[in-house]
Amino acid sequence: MSAASSSTPAPLTQLDRLEAESIHILREITSECAKPVMLYSIGKDSAVLLHLAKKAFYPGLPPFPLLHVDTTWKFQAMYAFRDEVVKRSGMDLIVHINQEGLRQGINPITHGSGVHTDIMKTQGLRQALDLHGFDAAFGGARRDEEKSRAKERIVSFRSASHRWDPKQQRPELWSLYNTRVHRGESLRVFPLSNWTELDVWQYIYREQIPIVPLYLSAPRPVVERNGQLIMVDDDRLPLREGERPIERSVRFRTLGCYPLTGAVESTASTLPAIIQEMLLASTSERQGRLIDHDASASMEKKKQEGYF
Amino acid sequence: MASDLHTIETDIETFLDSYAKRDLLRFMTCGSVDDGKSTLIGRLLYESQQVFSDQLATLAKDSKAVGTRDGELDFALLVDGLAAEREQGITIDVAYRFFRTDRRKFIVADTPGHEQYTRNMVTGASTADLAILLVDARKGLLTQTRRHSYLVGLLGVRHVILAVNKMDLVAFDQTVFSTIAAEYRAFAAKVGVTDVTVIPVCAVDGDNVVQPSQRMDWYRGPTVLTFLETVDVTGTVTAQPLRLPVQYVSRPDADFRGFAGRIASGLLARGARVRMAPSGFETHIARIVTPEGDVESAREGRSVMVTLSDEVDVSRGDVIAAASAPVECAAQFEASVIWMHEEPLLQGRQYLVKIGTQLAAATIAPIKHKINVNTLEQLSAEKLELNEIGTCELVFDRPVPFDSYASNRALGGCILIDRLTNQTVGAALIHFALRRSQNIHWQALDVNRAVRGAQKGQTGCVLWLTGLSGSGKSTIANLVDKHLLALGKHSYVLDGDNVRHGLNKDLGFSAQDRVENIRRVAEVARLIADAGLITLVSFISPFRSERQMARTLVGAGEFFEVYVDTPLAVAEQRDVKGLYKKARAGQLQNFTGIDSPYEAPEQPEIHIDTTRLTPAEAALEIVACLTAAGMLAPESLKS
Repeated sequence: MSAASSSTPAPLTQLDRLEAESIHILREITSECAKPVMLYSIGKDSAVLLHLAKKAFYPGLPPFPLLHVDTTWKFQAMYAFRDEVVKRSGMDLIVHINQEGLRQGINPITHGSGVHTDIMKTQGLRQALDLHGFDAAFGGARRDEEKSRAKERIVSFRSASHRWDPKQQRPELWSLYNTRVHRGESLRVFPLSNWTELDVWQYIYREQIPIVPLYLSAPRPVVERNGQLIMVDDDRLPLREGERPIERSVRFRTLGCYPLTGAVESTASTLPAIIQEMLLASTSERQGRLIDHDASASMEKKKQEGYF
Repeated sequence: MASDLHTIETDIETFLDSYAKRDLLRFMTCGSVDDGKSTLIGRLLYESQQVFSDQLATLAKDSKAVGTRDGELDFALLVDGLAAEREQGITIDVAYRFFRTDRRKFIVADTPGHEQYTRNMVTGASTADLAILLVDARKGLLTQTRRHSYLVGLLGVRHVILAVNKMDLVAFDQTVFSTIAAEYRAFAAKVGVTDVTVIPVCAVDGDNVVQPSQRMDWYRGPTVLTFLETVDVTGTVTAQPLRLPVQYVSRPDADFRGFAGRIASGLLARGARVRMAPSGFETHIARIVTPEGDVESAREGRSVMVTLSDEVDVSRGDVIAAASAPVECAAQFEASVIWMHEEPLLQGRQYLVKIGTQLAAATIAPIKHKINVNTLEQLSAEKLELNEIGTCELVFDRPVPFDSYASNRALGGCILIDRLTNQTVGAALIHFALRRSQNIHWQALDVNRAVRGAQKGQTGCVLWLTGLSGSGKSTIANLVDKHLLALGKHSYVLDGDNVRHGLNKDLGFSAQDRVENIRRVAEVARLIADAGLITLVSFISPFRSERQMARTLVGAGEFFEVYVDTPLAVAEQRDVKGLYKKARAGQLQNFTGIDSPYEAPEQPEIHIDTTRLTPAEAALEIVACLTAAGMLAPESLKS
């Protein structure tokens, strides 16, 4: 709110509108659902979501916990950042790891992105939601990310088995959200639905929201694989014959599990510089994630199975 | 766009500053599959340089595989999302798209055109400031153009662009264009669409989409994009009085009591005098709280947290309004209802209604008429089917704060939710309150149900026996009645067949009539229970919704649902009245269990399995349950 002094405040900019809409959604679901939770995946979208939640309930704390479904393969810098952010927020954090997957030794290197994501992330999330009986989960997904997400509702209904049926979605009119569910059923709620990648960056810039340093360029050890730069974050990444990590100035456009997320070569070490780079780049955001390369319309299939 | 690109390259911070200050236009596109709607949006995305190179590569690949343009770039494929739709080549849901130019950010709701997707179009229109309607220049105005215009007018979308597409197929003929334009303007005025801009385009080649067409130099108006960038949508909502529906009450500690909500209209200012609805209490806005410190004022669209000068009882669903223009409350309205579910809307059935931040129960009764959305004809109707629109009376279970939809979408639009399935089944637009509700008040009588019951040594209540025809409901009800009489209690039986001879003799057996049948009986049962009597209702009452309505009417503690559970085969074998035989022979229509459904109770208070209990045993069990629930003693004597 900038125009505090004048009697008629300035018209809302598009960023103001997005903020107001997201806060409205957060409050609406919190008021109507019995046990909401906010998924926190440490990335920039989660950072914005958490910031909005703090704003929505200020001066109180958001009346729900954070949930991180941990695949155990996040970058070290992400874990450090998560613990710091949570400590400062004053909110509770639940970390859930699919223990069954862990016992089976599921990992992205031997099992590939599809299996690893399914077991550690999709199954892990379902386990966590069932275990705690959450009836609504906030997530940071945006409609501009991918074609099947363009049709996703802000409040998305999931059956008791967590399935998303694109044909059974509830009509969503005005800003009236139908939050009613039967026991065992749940809602996935996307307060950032109408944000674009640029809006997210712009808002982080305007509100000075802390983000994981991996988004900014720095010299990091990487190997080149299938045309992607994979960072060697710890000794779990087996090097192939002839591969030797080289220090290169790289950054990440999206942050997933480390062997699945490709880095881009860059010298952009400030927020404006990475926004500039993003706007001039000619690839869309999700290209950095190996997961989408599996099949056309793959995201729709994953969503039906309960992937966020 | 071009100038943006330059600023991004040379001075990113200036770009960020300018981008942050841009405004937002939400628009929708409508038109049928063949009118080139997705192509137009795809074109807008492509030409405003929002398509990345990897997306272009996918597009080129997809165009060859499933495109409809002989392998050339098929822009529609940029927009059509879900796999099933891509295969069918049609858009079946609302998809939201985003793009920006150096002037504005845009959110596009892409909605399907067929009549069976009216609900999707209405969904898209509910948040749109502007609509682009496409017509094929060769075909001119079609039935669906009229339908779309009617919906756009109904939902209050203020600006319309009529894009006359495929001008290449009429040799860019100005006369064709002018005829369509004139015909459309005449029609649009009739459905309340006043701001119309007609543009000749050729979406596949991009003429007049972003760049002015060389091939139609006779056209001097704006291109589609130019118009989208410049149309004024600041609106008039700020000039209206303050409306702040309360979403959430914040009490982080004993000293702070804040009310959170999004300003639906007007200006919120510190110190302003406000009046609460429905309580009517007046106070002042004490603070407008933000993490960056308090502010003096905030305008329409902001999500805010306020405190009030006085300790006032305010809860979620209430509305904080300007004291000089307080918000009205009413319980009965005339409204347009748009039906969105496969199960039809039935008069008399109770639905949950969300209006603003308020959730209430409401009944639709009666339907004044439905609209033929193609001809705008008014037709009489008892029910509304999927995608039908009607003018109805909406009766809430209590007064709710509201504005007419025309003056404020946020307090005049509601969604209807089925109580059992939780599905969003319809939408309603409030036109005005019916004065009746303000003048008829429930008479609070000194001699009430408890007093009347106490006089008889009991508590008035309703025993609702439901089950298939021939399940034994009436036999059991009759026995319970006799037991109660023997115990010196006062009871009365409302029997389905008997009531249909009098009060309900005008009703048949269609789903609609069955709902009305139950509604009337529930109302009568409530009155009898209120008179202190133990009321036995013996009705098939096949639908859960109506039994739920009866339960709500009577009140939870005094309503006992008795499921007289007899398997269809057993009831049919008994066939006391010979009705099953007739139904099987096709002589009876809509017979429950045969060609009309019976929805068994999920959690009845009393479950009678007639294959296990004789009617006499069943009656004893029911009386035992009544005793246990304290109904055979006066209310005042219960602990």
